[in-house]
Amino acid sequence: MTIETHGLGWSAGRKTIFQGVSLRIMAGETFGLLGPNGSGKSSLLRVIAGLRPASAGRVALDGEDLSRQPARHIARKVAVVDQHATTETAITVNEVVRLGRTPHHGLLSPWTAADDRIVAAAMERADVAHLKDRPWQILSGGERQRAQLARALAQQPTHLILDEPTNHLDIQHQIEILDLVSTLPVTSVIALHDLNLAARFCDRIGVLQAGRLVACGPPAEVLTEALIASVFGTAAQVAPSPHHGRPHVQYLMPEA
Amino acid sequence: MSLASAGRPSVLALSALAVLAALLLAIALAVGIGEMPISPLTTLQAVTNRIGLTEVPLKRIEEAVIWDYRLSRALVAALCGAGLALSGAILQSLLRNPLAEPYVLGISAGASTGAVMVMLLGFGAGTFSLSVGAFGGALAAFLFVVLLAGNRQTADRTILAGVAASQLFNALTSWIVSTSANAEQARSVMFWLLGSFSGVRWPDAALAAVVLAAGLLVCLAHARALDAFTFGEDAARALGIDVRRVRVVLLVTTALMTATMVSMVGAIGFVGLVIPHAARFLVGPGHARLLPATALTGALFMVLADIVSRLIIAPQILPIGVVTALVGVPFFSVILYRARAAS
Repeated sequence: MTIETHGLGWSAGRKTIFQGVSLRIMAGETFGLLGPNGSGKSSLLRVIAGLRPASAGRVALDGEDLSRQPARHIARKVAVVDQHATTETAITVNEVVRLGRTPHHGLLSPWTAADDRIVAAAMERADVAHLKDRPWQILSGGERQRAQLARALAQQPTHLILDEPTNHLDIQHQIEILDLVSTLPVTSVIALHDLNLAARFCDRIGVLQAGRLVACGPPAEVLTEALIASVFGTAAQVAPSPHHGRPHVQYLMPEA
Repeated sequence: MSLASAGRPSVLALSALAVLAALLLAIALAVGIGEMPISPLTTLQAVTNRIGLTEVPLKRIEEAVIWDYRLSRALVAALCGAGLALSGAILQSLLRNPLAEPYVLGISAGASTGAVMVMLLGFGAGTFSLSVGAFGGALAAFLFVVLLAGNRQTADRTILAGVAASQLFNALTSWIVSTSANAEQARSVMFWLLGSFSGVRWPDAALAAVVLAAGLLVCLAHARALDAFTFGEDAARALGIDVRRVRVVLLVTTALMTATMVSMVGAIGFVGLVIPHAARFLVGPGHARLLPATALTGALFMVLADIVSRLIIAPQILPIGVVTALVGVPFFSVILYRARAAS
């Protein structure tokens, strides 16, 4: 259930999006990926998930080189929740979650009662069971995000890759989703914007700046006032939270 | 929401049977129309006589007209309707574009060019060699569209590339016709280009049936993969689909079905556009149901269109492409209007 990257890089045409990323994410770990807009977080997640071939370096899942594994083999281990899933098809939530069973079926293997149970359980966990017959087009942003998470859970992955899964969610659902993901028996890599949520729910954090990994470690070591100032260009005070003991970031905004 | 998601499987099965019965009835009606009207019962008896179930005495001339001309024509209409509608459904799902279909994307125009080259430049013009020429033309047009639309195959770019492909291949066809054909050939080619079922016989029906059956099987085997394309290629890949292989297999299958149908009956537009949408409304977006429903509905639609084309200005025959366009263009407008309203 480990994810390792060695000198990983990816370029779009001539533009280097990220380079030299070496990471070792342990089994069962919840790993947060932070960085400003355009720092390469989404692209890094795509290469780690095997959706883009690396331009340099390599990714290993459980020690096996990713580039040598067929897509279906990867999809049985790794589920991806993208930040903008769109479709014009009038597909229902139930049908979206059923897609998660795709990698577990061959060309002609039949849909079984076990598949139905897995899909129902995934919808329960992501809190979309009550929306199951609702078509995609009339879901709110948050409901879509949770439907995609339910689909990812229906894949029964050992690794979960989430690109800003808390986008569009109200604060209650942001906390519920991260709480759920961080307690699942999976190795997860999550791109996030909210430093406090990352500090609270991630075991370790990696910070990308202009395509390079500039920090990596437990939240208390990584989320320092100096790093926030240099990477995000924002003054902040960081102190341990009285509730959970992890770092809490307070931004020093100009007085109103 | 589709009607199907509210219904039970038995309701769906009954609906499928009802459409199938309607299709058989439409074929019987289509066989009956012409200078010598023949009742649907007579047609049924001719068929059951032929397969040895009955021995009803029928007029020889009626049996000859049914077997030698009209039944093969009606069956080719049904098979072409099914094939073109199925091609449209596949293209719409793969390209995630509600306006995609062989005619709009210029694939039919490419197939016409290929078939006309075979017809007029003389590589032997049997049903088979026409189909091979049409297949080459269809693939050329498709490659043209893919290259022109580039890496970012957004809905708009793909449709624009299709417009360019249609123009290019129609121009090529006109060029070949005006430089190589005599007046009579030119007239028959132009009539064929607008779509015509006259002149199709049993060898055409047999070829169309084989191609459609093979195409439907390939598409059904990829039904789950097509479902996985709902949220785009990356999402499909993340669900374990070998995106490149599935695209190539299904696009070649689509080109083959389109080319076979176009080489027999000309470039008939809008069936591939209208029918998949109607079928989606009836059975929902899941491809395991959508693909057979599309084929069945497409077959029924085309047989009805053929009946209309022969009745509306009888005894003359309206080109079938005119009838499908008269239904298809308003439908195309509704989709465009809804897309604008949604954005």
